Amino acid sequence: MTGLIGRVDKALVAALGFIVVLLFGGALYSRNFLSADYLLQQLQVASFLGVIATGAMVVILLGHIDLSIPWVVTIGGMMSTAAAGRGGMAGSLAIPFAVACGFGFGIVNGLGVAYLRVPSMIFTLGTNAIAQGLMVVHTSGFAPQEFASPTMHYIAVERSLFGIPNAVWVWAAIGGATVILLRKTSFGRRVYAIGNSERAVFLSRGNVNRVVVACFAISGACSAFAGVLLAGYSTKAYQAMGDPYLLPAIAAVVLGGTSILGGRGTYLGTVAGVVLVTLLQSILSIVQMPEAGRQVIYGSVIILMLLVYGRGQKVVS
Amino acid sequence: MTPLLLMEGISKRYGGVRALADARLECGRGRIHAVLGENGAGKSTLIKVLSGVVKPDAGTIELEGKPLVFATPAAATRAGIVSVFQELSLLPDLTVADNIGIVDPPKKWGMIDQRAQRRRAEAALARVGAADIHPLARVRDLPLSRRQMVEIAKALARDPKVLILDEATSALTAADVAEVFKVLRQLREEGLAIVFISHRMHEIAELADDCSVYRNGSHVATFASGTKSPGEIIEMMIGRDVESVFPTRPAKRQAEAPALKVTNLSWADRLKNIDFEVRPGEIVGLGGLDGQGQRDLLLALFGALTGVGGSVAVNGKVVTLSSPRSTKLPGGGIALIPEDRKTEGLMLAMSVRDNLSFAAIDQFSRFGLIDRQAEEAAIGEMIRLLRIRADGIDGPVAALSGGNQQKVVIGKWLMTKPQIILLNDPTRGVDVGTKQELYQLLRVLAEARAAVLFYSTDYAELIGCCDRVLILYDGAIVRVLEREDMNERNIVASAHNLATTVAEVPS
Amino acid sequence: MKRDWSFWLAANRGPLIAAVLSVAMFTLFASQHPAGFSLNIVNTAANKGALLAFVAIAQTIPVLTSGLDLSVGMVFVLENCLASTLVVGSPLQTALGVAAVLASGLLCGALNGLIVVVGRLQPIIATLATGAIYYGIALLVRPAPGGAVNEDFADFITGSVGDAVPFSLILLVAVVLFIWIPYRRSVLGRAAYAIGSSEQAAYMSGVPVARAKFLSYVLAGFFAAIAGLLLTGLTYSGEANALLGGSYTLSSIAAVVVGGTSLYGGSGGAIGTIFGAFVLRTIGDLLFVFDMDPLWQPLFLGIVLLISVSLGSFRLLRVKKRVDLYR
Repeated sequence: MTGLIGRVDKALVAALGFIVVLLFGGALYSRNFLSADYLLQQLQVASFLGVIATGAMVVILLGHIDLSIPWVVTIGGMMSTAAAGRGGMAGSLAIPFAVACGFGFGIVNGLGVAYLRVPSMIFTLGTNAIAQGLMVVHTSGFAPQEFASPTMHYIAVERSLFGIPNAVWVWAAIGGATVILLRKTSFGRRVYAIGNSERAVFLSRGNVNRVVVACFAISGACSAFAGVLLAGYSTKAYQAMGDPYLLPAIAAVVLGGTSILGGRGTYLGTVAGVVLVTLLQSILSIVQMPEAGRQVIYGSVIILMLLVYGRGQKVVS
Repeated sequence: MTPLLLMEGISKRYGGVRALADARLECGRGRIHAVLGENGAGKSTLIKVLSGVVKPDAGTIELEGKPLVFATPAAATRAGIVSVFQELSLLPDLTVADNIGIVDPPKKWGMIDQRAQRRRAEAALARVGAADIHPLARVRDLPLSRRQMVEIAKALARDPKVLILDEATSALTAADVAEVFKVLRQLREEGLAIVFISHRMHEIAELADDCSVYRNGSHVATFASGTKSPGEIIEMMIGRDVESVFPTRPAKRQAEAPALKVTNLSWADRLKNIDFEVRPGEIVGLGGLDGQGQRDLLLALFGALTGVGGSVAVNGKVVTLSSPRSTKLPGGGIALIPEDRKTEGLMLAMSVRDNLSFAAIDQFSRFGLIDRQAEEAAIGEMIRLLRIRADGIDGPVAALSGGNQQKVVIGKWLMTKPQIILLNDPTRGVDVGTKQELYQLLRVLAEARAAVLFYSTDYAELIGCCDRVLILYDGAIVRVLEREDMNERNIVASAHNLATTVAEVPS
Repeated sequence: MKRDWSFWLAANRGPLIAAVLSVAMFTLFASQHPAGFSLNIVNTAANKGALLAFVAIAQTIPVLTSGLDLSVGMVFVLENCLASTLVVGSPLQTALGVAAVLASGLLCGALNGLIVVVGRLQPIIATLATGAIYYGIALLVRPAPGGAVNEDFADFITGSVGDAVPFSLILLVAVVLFIWIPYRRSVLGRAAYAIGSSEQAAYMSGVPVARAKFLSYVLAGFFAAIAGLLLTGLTYSGEANALLGGSYTLSSIAAVVVGGTSLYGGSGGAIGTIFGAFVLRTIGDLLFVFDMDPLWQPLFLGIVLLISVSLGSFRLLRVKKRVDLYR
């Protein structure tokens, strides 16, 4: 992405630098920290956040935000396990079915934001509430009892190639597709352009609405797919399973150098941000920091890092 | 006598670009001082330094003999230097009264005294002859010309010692300009120093006492108004000889099928029964007072309005223009160079390259994937054709001067090889050198059989470039002027809906 | 020349609709309640509504500057925990405790303001991060739910004055009269609207941008602290409940929108937000009164929320310049 390369690179460098610091710090505490096994496990956990952050990033690039992530993730988990629970034909289609549900939700988000012109923050807040309502009805308020399908378990937990967890391969595939989409297609060009100026894109014959709907659909699909992975990992879906992922996903995207206002950012940065957030949470749990300290450190780290490379321009003409 | 205002040795660098080099400006009490120069000459930066928006790297500012340093625009205002900018400093969601009293409002018990503020606003508006503006109106509901009047009223309400106008009359109607000039002359009698930037030679000739010319960030000359001819002035600004401003018009060509035919076009109550056609190779101008529907007509022809009645035919076939996407037609389609290049024509933070290829990106893509080589080749060609300044091509387009930015907008559309080109006041805020290049370009495009329709607020431009001028009044075409009838007197008369025919009087 | 009131009407359309709606809904609720219209019912509803209203007022002020405060819910929870520790004992100690809670709210807001104004970080991400910090501090104060509060004080602020009017409503009115309206009419308050309308133009006009923005976050912290006190009065205890904090943050945004304030800044205000908060709270109560299956209530609430924020889209039908739809 030409233009503003300096600024984005700075973010990437800072993020990578901090990852190194974390690895070093973790190694000082316990030598197990740098073991291949532990690092791969971290990557595996990071994959779930990574898939969610991918969808979040695409929407943020537009200059919007998707707050329906928590319950679309849950829909993904619950719908896939529900289908798996039925077995037979439904079982084998569990994953596509769940992703389709997320995709559909994303389209609703996109339609509301693009055509009804409701600010994305509030519209996705509403769809999040609806998604929650739907799942409450579906489960009658209880924890769902169906188990994840073997396929789901396979991609979320198993390690088939070179001992690297399948989830990481899946994240890499989704990430690779996203990079191509953003950097090499006219669609990707329009995404960045809309994040810069919707109006200019409209007056340049760009189909703003279609791109917006598509991006929210992508985010919904990613969230639902992450729910599938999480259900596969835990073998069951559970209420509010997506809640812990919204804020870290946004933090990861922003820490990776993407501007929350849209129009700027690289996927590589998001990857670094995801790894950073995951490692940070992991270290804090290894040193057995109590929850209070974890929260304070987590928040402080985000602020400190952004003070390094995420500061806005001074208001001048 | 010590001048009221003296700026000396002002220098400012932005990264590698030198905006001002040892510039100076001197303005006496009770004098109107015009500041001239191309874009990139440093005028805007000089004014921003004076208004406290930008801090200079070196140099001094003295007001009434006392040196001053400003940390913020507010400080400059308090010192008595008040500016009216081209990019308005009004707050759209607040009322006119709130805007006029935004800094230092009258207070009662620590809170803003709404009634006193309103009276102050009414007085300020009356002073500039804009008493028709209601003080409680929201600025965002006012048309551009009214907003600019509010801006000027707001500046005057601060009792300036030095008043700066940076292209402050660009959006005003002729009547408003006359009112404003009256006020400015009055202020001059009262002893103010007035500094103003304008690209309109006739305004400068009418109003200014002194003129200063800048080029490449430095001061070139200061002279009393009227002592230099426009040709000499332009030469000082550009630094090269200027022969004629407008390219010669070809002889009238034979009638052929129109590229664009508009029949009975109406919209809301702003456009009424508009009929006209534009043939391939023609440059047709839209003239008249500002706000008579010219901009809306161009938007209608680009599919940016809803509820447009009547029909538009391209190459004989009727087209439904439901959105800008429907302007992509076989044969080239319709392109629009929009009113505000910064918010409507460009993605400011993206590179010049990405902006140039944006409208035509599908041409270089197969199944959505961009063919970088083809894209680069086309971009390179367009940069050469338009002579866009080559340094900073990979940087954000926001860093370019106004004239170069406009070239990028035009280049973006030329890449789509349009058949019909609509231009909405394309030379507004563009320096003289680039303006000339644009006039040449329009001629070249017409030679290449494009049909050009362009709206300008500059009569000289319309007369110089166009084959025909359509004068709009209250949303309808009241007059079509051609050949000998195309002169300033007729344009002005028709703009005011007065029916006269005056051929150019030989001088 | 248009009449003066027509301008006022046009500017306040959103809040007026919210006001009418909330009054209508509450009347419906009170009339249909099985236990009939009683002081207790009114009091409970008022307390619930006021709780959200205060958090929503906190959200409103930074939103006016086209900012956002995603930490309001966590400050709310933090102040609840602090109150359960400090607002105890003798009347003097209680008063000092209240002052301490309010002061800490101001401090939290000040930290937010510093990071946004001096640090120049985007409000969404800055307050997201500080929210985590405040929650962490809340956990330090109250690792487990517990604590106590001066019960006379608690009963007073959550009860009814003169057996007629709920104190929480009186507090809301007092806050509007003595804090909101003077703020709105002050230079810094108007500056907040100016910044939300166009920060660039505000700066060029000489508006005190930095001070106004900073103050908006400080006030947000203050109002969140008031809400925290009220919660402590209701529950007699403190709990570092992340879910509650998060839910109140999101609900505060919804209340702001339903109350007619634009998320883009520049228009709206606390009064509309208060009605927006009551609309949201009363819907839930109405569902209870009309005996809707509790299983279906979250879904219904979500649909109502979505519809109410989409209502503003009707104005799109009147837009004649398609290009104006795009920012």
